[in-house]
Amino acid sequence: MLPVWFAITLLAFTLGAVAPGDPAEAIYYQTFGEPPTDQAALDRLREEIGLNDPFLLRYGRWTYRALSGDLGTSYRTGSPVWSQLTSRLWATLMLAIGGVMVALVIALPLGVLAAVRQDSPLDLTARLFSLIGAAIPSYWLAYLLILVFAVHLHWLPVAGSGSWLHLVLPCTTLGLSGVALLSRLLRSSMLEAMGNEYMRVARSKGLPERRVILVHALRNALIPLVTVMGTMLGFLLSGAIVIETVFAWPGLGRMMIEAISFRDYPVIQGFVLFAGTVFVLVNLVVDVSYTWIDPRIRLAGGPEDRRR
Amino acid sequence: MMDSPSKFRGRRFPRLLRRNRAAIVGLVIVTVMVGIGVLGPMLAPYDPDTQFRGSRLQSPGPEFLLGTDNLGRDLLSRLLHGARLSIGMAALATVFIVAIAVFVGAVAGYVGGLADDLAMRVVDTILAFPGIILALAIVGVLGPGLENVIVSLVLVAWAGYARLVRGLVLETREKPFVESALAVGCSRTRILLRHIVPNMISPVIVLGSLEMGTLILALAGLNFLGLGVQPPTAEWGSMLNQGRLFFQSQPQLMIYPGAMISVTVLGFNLLGDGIRDLIDPRYSG
Repeated sequence: MLPVWFAITLLAFTLGAVAPGDPAEAIYYQTFGEPPTDQAALDRLREEIGLNDPFLLRYGRWTYRALSGDLGTSYRTGSPVWSQLTSRLWATLMLAIGGVMVALVIALPLGVLAAVRQDSPLDLTARLFSLIGAAIPSYWLAYLLILVFAVHLHWLPVAGSGSWLHLVLPCTTLGLSGVALLSRLLRSSMLEAMGNEYMRVARSKGLPERRVILVHALRNALIPLVTVMGTMLGFLLSGAIVIETVFAWPGLGRMMIEAISFRDYPVIQGFVLFAGTVFVLVNLVVDVSYTWIDPRIRLAGGPEDRRR
Repeated sequence: MMDSPSKFRGRRFPRLLRRNRAAIVGLVIVTVMVGIGVLGPMLAPYDPDTQFRGSRLQSPGPEFLLGTDNLGRDLLSRLLHGARLSIGMAALATVFIVAIAVFVGAVAGYVGGLADDLAMRVVDTILAFPGIILALAIVGVLGPGLENVIVSLVLVAWAGYARLVRGLVLETREKPFVESALAVGCSRTRILLRHIVPNMISPVIVLGSLEMGTLILALAGLNFLGLGVQPPTAEWGSMLNQGRLFFQSQPQLMIYPGAMISVTVLGFNLLGDGIRDLIDPRYSG
């Protein structure tokens, strides 16, 4: 995990270091409010902020500062990148939590029913649904939903933020795009769980079918879902970027898109480092939780298996 | 992932494909869409960039079958022209991805040692990110533009395949024919290029093309965000981007480009799933 994290810091730093444009000029412009005319002053500034130092030294300094929460200042707004990240985080988190809830509410019953009534019309419909869901761009789905629920029915606001009503459409869009993945996975893990011995035991004890399915099969089928938490998070974060753009939602994704169009490299670097770190942490938690959920798995074999 | 390239045999292929109805639907969609991509400019009633000034934001009608956009350009013509770019860019990216992956994967798997460790560390790092986020960051550094979008997607997507190729190489190099080649005195380079790579290349190419759907989606997404093709170029993702300001009065401006993307991606995914089932029946379900 740690080597991967260091590679991520190296990557994030390199992105900024190879970027065209001169950071000194950007900082000069930001401090004095005008393009630099005095070459000597620019050179002094460059020396002062250490741009002439060797790559590894600059990388080390950048990482050291990043570890203490200093990711530099945004070229565009002049405010610290770290505070920009944290202030936007909440909006994206709300979107992600809402999206996960929508996805679970639809995917859980869909996956369970599809597995219990395998090859029934319902199962086939669910499979068709998830196939189509995987092919639809989430931003297009967002516009379709806006068209129906905001423009024609006037039930919900078109875009923006402010009330919880503003959350409904973005969360639904984000959630719907995750349903395909989740329900498909749940269906297959339900099918696997239902083929187990303990199912026969539960039935022969005379437990009602509903209980057998919901308690014995579903509980065991949920375990593999933990393994896709990392994938799911990546999915949500990538989904959030476009969906925030569509709905003018003030989250991390929109911050990133704005930073790209303004060539605001410190923000891009900060976002990459942040996203990468969250990812490494989530995967670590997932790895550790395997053993916690299922003690039969030993951590020792873990990393080796993952490499293949 | 895939451990039995030998199951993939040219002769069995068409017959098995015929049995899978979903894959047939996919094949038909893909054929039609690629056909549009090739013939699109000939089928289009108008030039995609001609602005009919008197007829801006027209609803569908006899003159403009699907209506016009805010600059008075014919939507149908733009859709037909857009197919070439939307599908072609993904195909181009696939070629680069497979080429890089085969090179890195083959060297890492066959040479082993430090080269292998280094390559796999790089792969691990790339795979530690959600693809789109890393691709966005790379576009952010390179700056918006069609070439840069393709470069960024290639730089992100090769990693997964390289790992796959490495696995296949590791497996193939233990095969008896490699041992006999070694015994008759072939050089290591010759063994890699003439014996190992040809024996695993077809599943690698097929698996690479499976991801066409994902690539089309990703490219359209980046174009939708305004990072790829620049106006006035007709491309489905950027058409959606331009149509979004007017979609409340003229919904067809976003409905049709989005529908084209969805149907194309669905086609490639269906076909891909079918082919994957053929290569490795364990994936069916």
